[in-house]
Order: sequence, then C-alpha cells, then structure tokens
Amino acid sequence: MAGASAVFIMDMKGKVIISRNYRGEVPMNITERFQQHVIDAEDATTKPVFCEDGISFAWIQYNNLYLLAVTQRNSNATLIVAFLYRLAEVLRDYFNELEEESIKDNFVITYELLDEMMDNGYPQTTEVKILREYIKTQSHQLSVEQMRPPTAVTNAVSWRSDGIKHKKNEIFLDVVERLNLLVSANGSVLRSEILGALKMKSYLSGMPELKLGLNDKLLFEATGRPVAKGKSVEMEDIKFHQCVQLARFENDRTISFIPPDGEFELMSYRLNTHVKPLIWVEAVVDPGHSRSRIEYMIKAKSQFKSRSVANNVEIHIPVPSDVDSPSFKTSIGTVRYIPDQDCIVWSIKQFQGQKDFIMTANFGLPSVGAENRDAYMKAPMSVKFEIPYFTVSGVTVRYLKIVEKSGYQALA
Amino acid sequence: MVAMRQKQNDGKFFQTTKRGEIQELKEELHANDKQKQKDAVKKVIANMTVGKDVSALFADVVNCIQTDNVELKKLVYLYVMNYAKAQPELAILAINTFRKDATDPNPLIRSLAVRTMGCIRLDQVTEYLLEPLRRCCQDHDPYVRKTSAICIPKVYDINPELVDDQGFVDILKDLLGDGNPMVVANAVAGLAEISQTCGKDLLDLDRGNIPKLLAALNECNEWGQVFILDALATYEPTGPNDAESISERVTARLSHANPAVVLTAIKVILKCMEHTENPEVLRMLAKKLNPPLVTLLSSEPEVQYVALRNIRLIVQRRPGILASDVKMFFCKYNDPIYVKLEKVDIMCMLVSDKNFDQVLLELKEYASGVDVEFVRKSVRSIGRVAVKLERACERAMNVLLELIETKVNYVVQESCVVVKDIFRKYPSRYEQVLSALCESMEALDEPEAKASMIWILGEYAGRIDNADELLESFLDTFHDEPLLVQMQLLTAIVKLFLQKPSSTQDMVSKVLQCATEESTNHDLRDRGYIYWRLLATNPEATKRVVLGDKPSIRDDSQYIDKNLLEKLSTELSLMSSVYHKYADEFVTRLTLTSSGQERGAEDDEEDDGNRAADRRREVQEELERGPGASNGTSGGLDLLDLGGVGDDSPSQRGGVSVSSVQKVQVLPSTQAGQHGQQGFAVSAAFARQRGTPTLMMTFSNHSSGPLSGFAIQVNKNPFGFAPKEQLVCSEIQPGSSSEVSVAMAPQQLLSNTAPSSPLLLQVAIKTSLDIFYFHVQFDLSVVLVENAALSRDDFTPIWQRVGEAGQKMAIIPMDRPLDSEMVKSRMAQDNICYVAQRQLEDGSVALYTSAQTSNNCSVLAEVTVSPGSSSLKVAIRTETQVLIPLYEALVSKRFAA
Repeated sequence: MAGASAVFIMDMKGKVIISRNYRGEVPMNITERFQQHVIDAEDATTKPVFCEDGISFAWIQYNNLYLLAVTQRNSNATLIVAFLYRLAEVLRDYFNELEEESIKDNFVITYELLDEMMDNGYPQTTEVKILREYIKTQSHQLSVEQMRPPTAVTNAVSWRSDGIKHKKNEIFLDVVERLNLLVSANGSVLRSEILGALKMKSYLSGMPELKLGLNDKLLFEATGRPVAKGKSVEMEDIKFHQCVQLARFENDRTISFIPPDGEFELMSYRLNTHVKPLIWVEAVVDPGHSRSRIEYMIKAKSQFKSRSVANNVEIHIPVPSDVDSPSFKTSIGTVRYIPDQDCIVWSIKQFQGQKDFIMTANFGLPSVGAENRDAYMKAPMSVKFEIPYFTVSGVTVRYLKIVEKSGYQALA
Repeated sequence: MVAMRQKQNDGKFFQTTKRGEIQELKEELHANDKQKQKDAVKKVIANMTVGKDVSALFADVVNCIQTDNVELKKLVYLYVMNYAKAQPELAILAINTFRKDATDPNPLIRSLAVRTMGCIRLDQVTEYLLEPLRRCCQDHDPYVRKTSAICIPKVYDINPELVDDQGFVDILKDLLGDGNPMVVANAVAGLAEISQTCGKDLLDLDRGNIPKLLAALNECNEWGQVFILDALATYEPTGPNDAESISERVTARLSHANPAVVLTAIKVILKCMEHTENPEVLRMLAKKLNPPLVTLLSSEPEVQYVALRNIRLIVQRRPGILASDVKMFFCKYNDPIYVKLEKVDIMCMLVSDKNFDQVLLELKEYASGVDVEFVRKSVRSIGRVAVKLERACERAMNVLLELIETKVNYVVQESCVVVKDIFRKYPSRYEQVLSALCESMEALDEPEAKASMIWILGEYAGRIDNADELLESFLDTFHDEPLLVQMQLLTAIVKLFLQKPSSTQDMVSKVLQCATEESTNHDLRDRGYIYWRLLATNPEATKRVVLGDKPSIRDDSQYIDKNLLEKLSTELSLMSSVYHKYADEFVTRLTLTSSGQERGAEDDEEDDGNRAADRRREVQEELERGPGASNGTSGGLDLLDLGGVGDDSPSQRGGVSVSSVQKVQVLPSTQAGQHGQQGFAVSAAFARQRGTPTLMMTFSNHSSGPLSGFAIQVNKNPFGFAPKEQLVCSEIQPGSSSEVSVAMAPQQLLSNTAPSSPLLLQVAIKTSLDIFYFHVQFDLSVVLVENAALSRDDFTPIWQRVGEAGQKMAIIPMDRPLDSEMVKSRMAQDNICYVAQRQLEDGSVALYTSAQTSNNCSVLAEVTVSPGSSSLKVAIRTETQVLIPLYEALVSKRFAA
C-alpha cells in the first residue's frame, strides 16, 4: 500500500509548472527521466504506469499538460491514476480551464489544493464542492475566524454541506446514452454496447433524501411485480456516484441517496443487448482512378417512428489527412470539413423518423500521397443526436421521490 | 449554474527576473503593509515554483509566519517545508509558531500545523512534533484526528524508534476504533504503511476488528474505502463462513464509480474465494465479478491499462470469470497502442473452440493495420491461437496464407516465424503454405525470420523440390549472417544431406568447412565438428539423432509462474500487479526489515521468507555448480538439435574468471556515520565474479552492541551499478565480523557523468547503529563483459575510424618476460578478448584485442609482445576516450610485478 511520493504538473516539453513533494523519498529531478521516456521517446509506446530503478511513474495527459505521480513503494496503481484524473477535474472546475496559464495564474490555490487533496501520498478530500467551502479564490478570501473545515470533510456524507438554501427547489435529470456499434461490411451488427449515464442537477435545500425508481428488470423480479414484456431493462453493470447507498442497492436494488448540490453524474450503466441503430449511415467512397480526387456518397436513414424527431444530428465521416478543395452537395443540413480532425461533419438540425437523405462530398488529393493516407479507411464514423424522452436501451425513470424534513414541495 | 470566471492573475508574480531581486524581496517581506508583505511571499513562492533557490530568504519569510491570514500562513508553511532541509538551524525558528498553531482554536490551523511539521523531515523538528501530535490524536475535531493519523507514518519514516518508544503505534491502533469513518480509514492506511516498512503486521486484523473496518467501509469517502479494502486483502479469513461474510459485505463496492474502489474490492473478493470451496458460492461470486471487470474497460485508457494487466492475472487464476467475454477485449479503433497490445494477449488467453473463428477474424483485421508493432503482435497471436487449439489450426493457417500473400514485408517475416512454430507443433501438416513461403523468401532480412525459414527448408527438404538450391543461396553469404542464422543453416544443410545425400555432398562439406575452419565462434565450430564426426562414423545413427522426433511445443509465453501468480492475486491493483513482478524486485527503497529477524515467528511472513531463502539457495547452488556444468548440459542438447530453432541461444559462459580478490579497508572503525556513531568497519572489493559484478565486503563490529538491520544503497555512478539483490547479513556480535557479497547490475542508477579515474563506487550501508558512507575503488574490468570479442569484420572499421589520431601509446612494464600466449591468457582474465594476431619481422607478435563495457563501448588495442622483453607496447584505440586511462591502469595492474 501507500500512495504517491510526489505529484507534478508539467507542460508538453516536460518542464515542471508546479509540483508537490509529499514524502521526500524521490529526488525532484526525477522528471528528467520522465522526459526521456515519454516526451523524447520517438514512438508513443510508453505505458501509463512504468517502473525504472525502483521508481514507479504513473501519468496522464490533460489538454497541454502532463500530470505525473511517482512512488518508490508498491502503491495502489489504480488509486494513483484515478487520483490524477480527479486532480485534473478539480483544477478544471476551479479555474474553468486547466492549462498552463490557468495554473500559473492560480498557483497559490493550486498549492493549497494539492495540500488538501493529498496528505503523505494518500488522497483525502477531493470533492470539489466541499473544497470550495474552505479553499476560496482570492475575491472571496475568508478571515481565520470564518474559515473552518466543513463537517462534510469527515462526515459520512462527505459530498454535501449542511444548511444549503435555494429559493426555488429544483432538480433536473437527464439520461445520456452512447451506443458503440461494430458493423461488418455486409451490414450486419457484430457487436453493440450501450453506455448510459444519468446526469442530475440538484438545487434542493437542506438535506434531502432521494429515491429513484427505474424500470430495472432485476428490481421487478426481486419484488415479484409482474411486468409487460419489453417494459423492463436488464442493466449489466451499474456504477454509482458515491452518494448512493451501495449496501442498500445490493440488498433490495433501491437507489437511495442524498445528492451533492449542483451538477453530478448519479450513475452509469452498461448494456450488451442487440439494438437496431436509430440512424443508419452508409458511406460509399470512390477514390477514383487517377488518385487525384476522392468522392463520398453518404446515405443517412432514420429507423425510428415517423412521429419522433432527432435533434442536432451530427454525422462525422473520416477522410484522408491530405485532402483539399472540398465541395459538398446535400438536400438537408450543412456540411463542414474539419482539417485538424481529418473528418467532415454533416449537421442536420431536425431529422424526422423513417426518412433518408443523401449527401455527396468531393475532394482533391495531392499527387504525392501523405504517409498513412489509407488510415482513414479504418477510422469509424460517428453519429450524435438527441431524441427527447427516448432512450436506446429503453431505460425510463419511473419516479423520483424527495424527502426532506422541512417538507418542501417536491417537483418531480 | 453560472460558472464564474475566476481570473486570479497570480501569473504576474512570476515576472520579476531582475538582478538584485533577492534584496528587493527581502525589503518587501519586512514591509509594514500587510498586502505588500503577502505579495512578496507570493513572489518568493513563485520563484520557488520555477526552481530558483530562494532559501536565502528563510529568516525573512519565517518572519511573516505570525499572521491571521490563512492564505499567507499556508504559503509560509509551504516555504518552510521546502527549504527546511537547506536551512535546518533556521527551521527551528519556526517551531514555536508551529507549536502555537497546533493549539489554535481553529481546527483548520491545528491540522495545518501538524501536517506541515510532519513534512519537515528533520529530526530536530520531529522531536517538537511529538507532544502536539499526541494531543491532536485526541482532538475533539475529526478533521484534526484524521490529519494526525496520517502524520504518524511520516514520523515513522523519519525516526522509527521514536514512534515505537512514544507508543504512537498504539495510539494509531486506538484510532481504528474511532467513531469517525475518515479517521478510521486514515489510521488503517497509517498502520498498513508502518507494517510494510517494519515488516511486522501491526494491523493485526482479526474477527474482533474486522467488523469495525467493514462498518467504516460503508461510510468513509472513496479513497478511504480503498485504504480499508487494501488492508482487508491482507487478512486471511479463518474459514469459509468468515470468507463468505466478508465477501458479502464487500460486493456492494463493485458498483462504485471509482475504479480504484472497484478493483481493490475485486481483490478482496478473490481472496475470499480462495477460502471457500462451496461451488454454489464460487459461481455466484464469479458471476458478480464479471460485469465490473468488463466495465473497467470503458474507463480512461490509463485505468484500462492497469485493469487489463490485472485481468491477465485474474484470467489465469480464475478462467471461468471472463470465459465467455472474449468479444469485450476486441480492440477499438482509437484505443491507445498499450491498451491494444494487452487486449490481444487476453484474447489469446480466452480463445477456445467456441470462439476461435471470431478471434482469428479479428486478429486478421488487426494484422492489416498500420501500426507495425501491433501488426506483428497480431500475426504472432494468430500463431499462438493455432498452437493452443488444434481445431483452430486449419483456419489460422488460411489466415496466415492470406497475410503472406499481401507481400507486406514485416507481415511476411512475422508469418514465417509463426508458421515455423505451427510446424513444430503439428509436423507434416498444412504443407500447402510451403510454396507461398518459398516465393517470398527474398523478402526475409530479419535474423529470426530467416532462421525460421531455413529451419523449415531443412525440416521439409524432402518435400520441397528445390530445397537444395534455396539453401545454397544462403550459403554464399554464410559469414555475413548472424550466428542464429549460421547455426540454423548448418543444421538445415545436414538435414538436407541426410535426406538427399546424392546431390548435396558438396554443400555439406562446404558448410562444415565454413563452420569448423573459417568461423571464430566456438559454438558454431563445436556443432560443426559434432555433425562432421557423426556423419563420418555412422550416417544411420546420425539420421536417428538429427531427424528424430522433437518434443512438442506449448504456448505458455503469457503464463505467469504459479508462485508469482498466487502472490500477485493478493496484490491486485498494486504496482506489482501491473509489472507482474514480485514487489521486492522493484521496490529498492530501504526498509527496516532486518535479516536477523527470527524466522518463523511471524506466520504471515513465512511465505516471503521461504521464497527469499529458496532464491538464495538457488543462487548458491548455481554458484557451486560453476559455469562449466551448465555449459556442458545445454551444449549437449544444442548439438543434437533437440530444441529446434528456439534454443539456439549461444551459451556463452566459457572463460569466465573467478579471481581471488583482495579486499581493502574502505571504512575504518573510527569513522563516524551520519548520526555520529562509530564502531563499524568495512573492507571491500568490487570485481566480477562468475560474470557478475559483485561487491564483496567484510563487516566488522567494533562497537559494544550487536549490529543488525543491514541494508545497502549506492549512489548514482557512470556505469549505473545498482544492487541486484537485498543485502543479506545476519546479526554481527561485538568483536566479530561477517562476509557478505552483493551482486550488482549495471545500467540501473546512471549518473550520466563521465567516469572518474580511478573508478569509485559510493556506498551507504545502513545498520542498526547508524548509516555509514564510503567509497570502493574498482578496476575497469568490472564493467568489461565476458566473451565480447569483436569479429575481425567489426574490429577493422572501428580501428580505422579512430585512426592514429585517436590512438594512445603506452609502454607497460611486466613482472617477467612473457610470450604472446601468456599475454593473451592474462588479458583474458580481465575480459580483454583476443581478436587476431600478426607476426612481425623482428620476431615480435602483435596481438589485436577488444574489450567491451556493459554500456557497449569498445576499447581496442594492439599489444606488441617482443621476445625476451619485459615490457609491452600497447596502442589503445577507442571511440570513448575517457576509458583510455582506465584501460591503461587495468593492463598495468595485471602485468605489474
């Protein structure tokens, strides 16, 4: 066990912007080693956790920064990597954007956060909403008398403080699902996986206790409730925000929690069911004989009920990295070429069900081909859209109960 | 929620770079204006942040410590923490404030004081920390208690005796029963760390305190849960019931959003599974572990990597858990390469008769990708699937055939190696691939691929019509080929001759001549002679030997040794589980574990102890056997070609010298250690022993009490020597001494500086008395590797490149006149290898020698030996000029009277 010896935040050249030595075990010039291995290395094969001379390095990249932790012991690797991600998240939340400039502009706070979030290499309080209560940005400096550690830091409810007050008690709930599909050349779906998340925005006063009911198949089975076929969903794996009482869920599958204030992700889940894609996109690519032009014909077809409408549809199609002079023709929406992502984006504001549309794109190609020009052929297409009150998996929220001592009127 | 733009603009503090700024800052620090003072401290911290030394301002910054502005106080504390080591006397100045702050009415300040004092790693400061720390452990505020709990291991790290004497371990144990979950979690972390350092289990988990931990597990924050779960994984359940009740309480953690909680919980459950045999329970637990493991594959790539390394262990330990989920490990287009490589390995582990079709299809897809490393790995994996599953072999061969037809160079080369493996496993099948391979033979330029192809040609000489022509084409360039290819070619042509004796007589004599007369390599020469003699005496018997059945091969390249696996299964999520290594192989940090500790007294330590003892015994046995023995056996097998291509690794252990070495005193007993203690003396020598650089030492105890707790550390050095193993030395009684030797590995602790002359190794020995430092002088021969003679072809270009200009002439006096053979053998003792010789007109002999250092620098020399003369003329040429004086010193020493 044991955590990190030191944490560094570095720029892309490996220059340390800020660092904190927690245990004084590892020389601070150890970043030179890191630089040799990660930044100067020609190929990008350096592993995210590696060991050299008895010193373990664990690192992540965030925007134009490297976050690195080192240790000399047999520490918990997952803990360290997860902490680095959390550190990045907290700093981003504090400074709006996490980058070299924002850290330099806020180095005093960064030091304070590094001091509070980790002690002797062990992560401590990393809940940004709680940290904000006693580590303030300059404009809201507190005097010593006012400044106390929030009880939440050590409480069982470590993510919410007492005495929160909102004029209007509101709570919002969004279900966002991502569908990963692997489709063979003949159009059959080889693999499909749904990754879903329930996002909440909570502006409730006091210490409310919430209970969420989903059409969870296992819950229905457990309670012996008869359900119509197709009305329940079997989620393969569910991950909860730390506010959810896991033991309770384990016992009777009730999702019961005291929410943190503000935005958070309540849960995420995964399903492996075979689904019919809602919008089916086919691409025909004609590289031409002369290899001087390339032509795309994209067909998009909506496979949901004609009553429904998908909003803000964005279809990303990969193209070779060295195409030029794009020209597009489409009956609906707009098309843009985004050179730094090597793709074209076809945006359709509203896409009705049971329709299909065609877009064609034309590019010139330089006679001398770029290296790896063919890489685009392997890159996947992606489609983003929203359909209100609809989920691919069929997950629905049956109820959200709010109980609070003061007894305010719940809105859900 | 409206996010507020918080422009702090602290960036301006970085902008003072004028000269004389230290003086300027000094004045500002003494300003009466509080805001100005605070800005000055910020400037100081900004300077510290960019790496400028502002320790000169210590007294002035400490002057600002008495403030009621928390932000300023934190900055001053941060400063003190950073520079206390540089200014230990001044650091004492801050102590009173620290002590005062530790009794501050504000819990935040009390914690801050304790936390910071713990980070100042000075004995003087630590002494003053003890009282406040003891008080803060009983503080009524849990925030202060949790900070104090984590502070105790800090003190232990600085001064373990102090912690023991002052009863802090017991205080920490009491905190395990604290009412606050975070205090409990930090106490667990603290005790676990101290246990690890001192090698005793202080957590002392039993059925009495386990419930307390399980209760805290439900209430503390995510990180605290990890600390507790990590500790639970070290607990051995008393029986199935105990194990089941723990796993029941832990399974809820599998739904946590934090991957560290999930993976650590999985570790605890796997441990519990070891203690239950009820198949029903095992199946239920396995079913529960599957979804969270799969979900870890959708986390951040770095977490995925750690998870995948762990999954490899889990799949080997409990294959049932993920048996039906091979699809989950199919690579995504945008997975980073390190994730893809791990996934492919796991796919090969999970492949079965049910899913091999899908897996092979997937691998074929990867093999037509763009990343060369990944493509190669995929092709190799196709071979592994074929070797593992007989039913998959046909399909795999077809895939390989398609890949060979793509004519992509590296794909073909890799396929060639794979096909060889498949032929080894399933002889005389799938011969349709032979023609395709023969067609693409020109493309092969990598030694392994070439050697594989030649092996196939030899093995199937009877069925490939033009095998003789094909083999002959290699023969013309015999001497340019690497050894691997030469060996294989020799064997293949002998095989060919045995199958088609009539037409290949010339070829076989030519290859035997190349191997025996023209080659300088012993292994090749010996193998050539054996074949020659076999063929000369009894061709029929030769057939039985050379063309005999070979033992079948198995794919266990990905499988981890059983003992290691068992250990790692209890260390999931830790660094060791990522590297697949025992922790003590990479944790070089000095621990206080003394080797003199009574063995067997600690039950849970027994395993480790035994393992270490086993390893020591193995090393000992190997040493006793000596190099000759192992050379003999492996050499014999080699010649009979029982191992196929695989075991052609040249066994180069001959000519290793074990010279008796004279130790010299390096640490007199009157020299004090780090803390001023005397009475420990060391004589040492650093030399190569049986091919391994070894530091040999004699420890003498001149103090009044017994010495124990030995550990070694060396400073960074030009050749990067670092101890390969722990220092093993039992307790030394007063007045007696003990011999120890430590094998060292080069290229570990590189200092990136040029070597000094003479070469020195700085060593620190930790004992129960004190830490002692000394230098050990050593010769260049320590870094010269065995049997590294350059071939003539390699020698000449270097010799010419350096030229006369870079040459250094030296006249080396000898104790008595020697002839060239004696000079050769003397130089060989220092691993200076003979390359060639030339007779000069005046009757003297010019010897050409080469020596190679462990970091691949060559030193060449022309040594002129004149009959009757008692000196040598040595012309040294090397591209690494700094080695010249060292080389000269080495040769002088060897020949000196």
